[in-house]
Amino acid sequence: MSDTIRLKYTVSPSDFTRAGEASSDVKSKLKKMGIPPEVVRKVAIAMYEGEINMVIHANGGEITVEISEDKITMILVDNGPGIADVDLAMQEGYSTAPDNIRSLGFGAGMGLPNMKKYSDDMRIETKLGVGTTVYMTVNI
Amino acid sequence: MTVNDIKNLLSAEVLSGSEHLGREVHTACGADMMSDVLAYVKDQSVLLTGLCNPQSIRTAEMMDIVCIVFVRGKIPDESVLKLADERGIVVLSTQLKMFTACGILYENGLRGGGNS
Repeated sequence: MSDTIRLKYTVSPSDFTRAGEASSDVKSKLKKMGIPPEVVRKVAIAMYEGEINMVIHANGGEITVEISEDKITMILVDNGPGIADVDLAMQEGYSTAPDNIRSLGFGAGMGLPNMKKYSDDMRIETKLGVGTTVYMTVNI
Repeated sequence: MTVNDIKNLLSAEVLSGSEHLGREVHTACGADMMSDVLAYVKDQSVLLTGLCNPQSIRTAEMMDIVCIVFVRGKIPDESVLKLADERGIVVLSTQLKMFTACGILYENGLRGGGNS
């Protein structure tokens, strides 16, 4: 049984131009490890949406990616405002992003639905005023 | 259809990645909202967009999109082009509007992929 590889990233707050750098790095590392392209793509998209969410809504945060033999797990932790109604937030088209975010190409209410769509398992722990942790797993 | 065919059909200028003009493109997507691109786009696509910021390139990178066409004559700044160049993504700019550019590509046989 091989060891789990762990990658850690800090997502800087409110720097929209740099959002996606962590996902980009994970994508290129997974490619180099020889992970199948469909798996790499799912991880990259799910993590990128999560990273964008952290910048838009939560003042940044920390992302840990764990790569084991049979799965890749992403843990996204922020100290943002929390999600008031997770079921509502999961609906396609529902967004609380401000208008200026829409002019940047996001805030269409597809972030969380896309994260769910591209991961094989997703779990959200959130508390208002404390923060949100999202766990996403993609099977290899 | 190749990236070069798209360049010719849209009378587009090549801003980055001229060495990759021979690449095959199978499907196309026209959108300014990147999450819509992330939700629906298939492999080896061209993305037509009016969104000129680094996130258009990042989105293309995550989706393995081979070419981005900026419509309405938009030209992104140098840092955006550099990012595209590093990722091997061809960047084109056409004076055509989104609807017209998409229409021309559709008329010439390119489709949206999936059931679209």
